[in-house]
Amino acid sequence: MDLSPIWLTLKLAGITTLLLLLVGLPFARWLSRGRSFIKIIIEAIITMPLVLPPSVLGFYLLLAFSPQHGLGKWLHDTFDVQLVFSFPGLILASVIYSMPFMVGPVKSALQQLPGSLAEASYTLGKTEWQTFRYVLLPNIKPSLLTAAVLTFAHTLGEFGVVLMIGGNIPGVTRVASIAVYDSVEKMDYASANNYSLILFSITFVLVIAVFVFNKYQAKGPLA
Amino acid sequence: MISVDIEIKLKAYHGGHLLPIKKQFNKGSITKILGPSGSGKTTLLKMIAGLSSPESGKIIANGVTWFDSGSKINVSPQKRNAGFVFQNYALFPNMTVQQHLEYATNEAGWIKRLLQLGQLDKFTTHKPDHLSGGQQQRLAILRALAIKPKLLLMDEPFSALDSKMKTSLIEELKSLIKQLDITTIIVSHNLQELEMFDGEVIDFEEFV
Repeated sequence: MDLSPIWLTLKLAGITTLLLLLVGLPFARWLSRGRSFIKIIIEAIITMPLVLPPSVLGFYLLLAFSPQHGLGKWLHDTFDVQLVFSFPGLILASVIYSMPFMVGPVKSALQQLPGSLAEASYTLGKTEWQTFRYVLLPNIKPSLLTAAVLTFAHTLGEFGVVLMIGGNIPGVTRVASIAVYDSVEKMDYASANNYSLILFSITFVLVIAVFVFNKYQAKGPLA
Repeated sequence: MISVDIEIKLKAYHGGHLLPIKKQFNKGSITKILGPSGSGKTTLLKMIAGLSSPESGKIIANGVTWFDSGSKINVSPQKRNAGFVFQNYALFPNMTVQQHLEYATNEAGWIKRLLQLGQLDKFTTHKPDHLSGGQQQRLAILRALAIKPKLLLMDEPFSALDSKMKTSLIEELKSLIKQLDITTIIVSHNLQELEMFDGEVIDFEEFV
């Protein structure tokens, strides 16, 4: 059995989760502070992958990243970068596709913290970043873990977007979900079953780990 | 001296109304502000601390303009060096007693003195959830003092303390306020709670 689709999937999910921790957390903090029309629009845009068929999102990303059009052409001409049918393209598409799974839970958790926590930190002379790092983030640990695991698990299960942007290039863009589909098409049900079982096991363990962690947290002093 | 000449907007069920406030707080003085819930006392403290902005007016502290709606000056709360004791304490659930004070200051000697003042030196490793209401309130006061503020703003700061603890803490607090020459504004809806403090008493409705 070729395990490269599994490793590629884990690599893609890991990098996507790390990138979304870096980008999504400050973004969630910004969205959690006050309401404005522009924030509503931006939040709606990043929530779209939750409701859009993945193939629709994949189609638009394919158009955007295509070296024949707009952004993709500019990237290709200026930096000699091609995102379509490449692993970096998969990462970018995954970040966009999984963003609501990181931003949503973190934003809600931040909004549920009393505003006076951040205010108290400001009166102690602490900056917005110090307050975020040392006061707000540690107090939303369970939500943070849930968001990271959901993002990771969701990326493991990507199919439509990945197929549209990456295609099915072995070792480059052929992730586990594509390998399952490809194996079924070839009537190789044994391989399809192996890939499916591995994906099922990984996600099941992850979800169990989150439940156990959150249960432990609920009994702890941060409850 | 803190000079406040502002208009604050009070929200009410049937729309809001503007409340003009004009008051000077002398350096090192203690001012007790009384008034019913919802009268705008906490709002005033937050505006002085820079945590929210008045509709219009000026706040000047020791010759430095903290807020001026005319020239759009609004000094951030981080730069006002105003200690704030929140009504709900606003303690950080992830930090121990010691960590709360270390977050505010890195002067080890000062932290030790504060812990003794608040009689929390035996609870340094406890997180807020493992402290009583009175201990939490004392920690909130100590944390506000940890930055050695020139202005101390306290919102219902003694409501959870028993009378014995209140007496000893207030005596120590009074001497500390005098020693550090801290201008202090205390807000409460209960005059009896503040009777141990000498200082001007203002009924908040006088501002109206």
